[in-house]
Amino acid sequence: MDTAKANIIAQLKKDILPLQGFKTTLNTLALDGIPAAIKNAFPNAAFPLGAVHELIADSLEDAAATSGFISAILASIMKNAGSCIWINRSQSVFPPALKSFGISPDNIIFIYLKKEKEILWAMEEALKCTGLSAVIGEVQDLSFNASRRLQLAIEQSQVTGFIVRRNPRSLNTTASLARWKITSLPGELPAGMPGVGFPRWNVELLKVRNGKPGSWQIEFVGGRLKHVPTMTAIHPQQQKKTG
Amino acid sequence: MQKRFISIWFRYLKTDWWIRRRPMLHDKPFVLASPDHGRMVITAANGLAQKEGIDIGMVVADARALIPSLEVLDDQPETLARLLNGLAEWCIRYTPAVAIDPPDGLLLDVTGCAHLWGGEKSYIREIRKRFKHFGYDINMALTDAIGAAWAIARFSPNDRIIENGQQHMALLSLPPASLRIEASATERLEKLGLSQISQLISMPRSALRRRFGAQILQRLDQALGYEEERINPVQPIEPYQERLPCLESIVTATGIEIALQRLLDALCHRLQQEQKGLRTAVFKGYRMDGKIEKIEIGTNRPCCNSKHLFKLFEIKIESIEPASGIELFTLEASKVEDLSTVQEQLWGNKMDLDNVELSELLDRIGGKIGAHNIHRYVPAEHYWPERSFKEASSLNETIQTAWKVDRRRPLQLLSRPERIEVTAPIPDYPPMLFRYAGKLHKIMKADGPERIEAEWWLHDGQHRDYYCVEDEDGYRYWLFRSGHYDAAKSYQWFIHGFFS
Repeated sequence: MDTAKANIIAQLKKDILPLQGFKTTLNTLALDGIPAAIKNAFPNAAFPLGAVHELIADSLEDAAATSGFISAILASIMKNAGSCIWINRSQSVFPPALKSFGISPDNIIFIYLKKEKEILWAMEEALKCTGLSAVIGEVQDLSFNASRRLQLAIEQSQVTGFIVRRNPRSLNTTASLARWKITSLPGELPAGMPGVGFPRWNVELLKVRNGKPGSWQIEFVGGRLKHVPTMTAIHPQQQKKTG
Repeated sequence: MQKRFISIWFRYLKTDWWIRRRPMLHDKPFVLASPDHGRMVITAANGLAQKEGIDIGMVVADARALIPSLEVLDDQPETLARLLNGLAEWCIRYTPAVAIDPPDGLLLDVTGCAHLWGGEKSYIREIRKRFKHFGYDINMALTDAIGAAWAIARFSPNDRIIENGQQHMALLSLPPASLRIEASATERLEKLGLSQISQLISMPRSALRRRFGAQILQRLDQALGYEEERINPVQPIEPYQERLPCLESIVTATGIEIALQRLLDALCHRLQQEQKGLRTAVFKGYRMDGKIEKIEIGTNRPCCNSKHLFKLFEIKIESIEPASGIELFTLEASKVEDLSTVQEQLWGNKMDLDNVELSELLDRIGGKIGAHNIHRYVPAEHYWPERSFKEASSLNETIQTAWKVDRRRPLQLLSRPERIEVTAPIPDYPPMLFRYAGKLHKIMKADGPERIEAEWWLHDGQHRDYYCVEDEDGYRYWLFRSGHYDAAKSYQWFIHGFFS
């Protein structure tokens, strides 16, 4: 009886999704570098490509963690020789470091622009180009109109866009599909071992269209993201900050 | 029609060219020299130096003994060909068929050209005047045969015009070296006392062939005009340029767009036929009031797609000020390269840098906000972090060395390391505390040190000992100490990057 009920609910959920404006995109990439826990937060348990992801970074350190998370996802998107455009204010990404995430840095084109308006324009143009795997842009503020323009550009080309918002003045509503916040967590090492351990982040999905927001501890191990399911180990200070 | 040829001989071709470039050399003896078997051998000497007895083939040290103040310049052999080619192309104003005659001459086929300058005398005078104005010391001869022109230009003291069929007489008094024969044959002729062509011209041909080879007979025939000789005229590259004169002056943007479209179509058609693509192009509008309005574009890879090029120009059309109207448009491709063949793909669009769409996108972005903002990096063979990558020259540049992944590197790097204050316990241990941007960070975990030596052949400075440290919030930093830890405190701590 329960299974029949569950089936009906699943079917109804599926029917509701298109009514809510969800378009199933042809997600041909398996993206096996992304843990299932994150994927489950999205409809159909698939990490949405061909959409704008918005990431909030409040400090330089957070920005580094955010670019690390993006690079890890980018590595699975660009797996078969894709190219990508990364638009910044100035040179801050250290290209050789991208290689350790599994991305060939020479496949990335960096564009440095001073004005936010120009960054958004360049991003929109880039998102219209079907020959790209992903576009990453760093801005401070993103108005609803600007985000909608980006989303409209994407709907034609199905390129994935990441927009990093550095120290945003206000967390206004945008047309982005998801809003993330990535912060660093202390790495965990087996007792008595020297070093700093693998990078570990607290990945928060603050907003997601048609999905379930959530928060995960993710570790980047051996070229892929790994979910660390310990919820109790959150550092007290960290909790204060994000809570 | 009787063929007529001019041979121009440049007495001091290379040195005259140097004087043109550096006028202060004009009244100094100087020579050009190039290394040969560990010595510097003179390859050209100017008139003043030759007067002092310096000759080509002399060693520079010997020449310095003659003139201590002698100036010696490096001879670049490739300039000669370029220079002769340039002169030949310039001479096309006198006749369409101009050939270079290395090492120091030009050959002009002037058949039916001289009357345009009012006869052969004024023709020759005109050429001489122009070359003299440039500073070249030349000697010329105008005859029926190339061989005779060559000989007379080089072996008679001044310019001569040999009337139709008279070259026989003119050649008689010249030495056999003027026949363009091998040096060994000339030497043998001299040894036998045959110092003038008149002495061997009357000899039986079979005897000449037996003693000096068949070449001498052929050269003799060519000099006398019995045997025809061909020249290989230089072909100047036609510039990739299109013009569109307008019947009525254009003042509207639509008009300019139509003109641009037409010019682009014509130019791209030509480029496509020659399998070329343009890298830079200039579109000019000549205004009624004499001013020239121009816009320029550049592309990332050779392109002959008029639609795409039009888009690039379109962004800039608004900067054209037609004022009273534009009467002539020109479009010139200032940099043209061979088109790289692109294979059409049947299924699955490959997403890499060879993508035409991507290069067109970059052209558009570069056209609007400046191509200097677009960067692509390839690895460089350096350990110093700032130098471990370099700008790629183009989209097609392939990486020569692999990216290094053996050491952990921060994803965010400060463009310039910033000074920090640290508390470090013992030498060569990571610091315990550091203060950056007004905030105190307590270090919980650390990795290192990794020593990176300063590349002394590029710059001097102290080595860096890098540590990857993690503070109590889990943020990771890349710190380094510049120099050894010593009591004299010559070292300094810096922050260089942020790990993700």
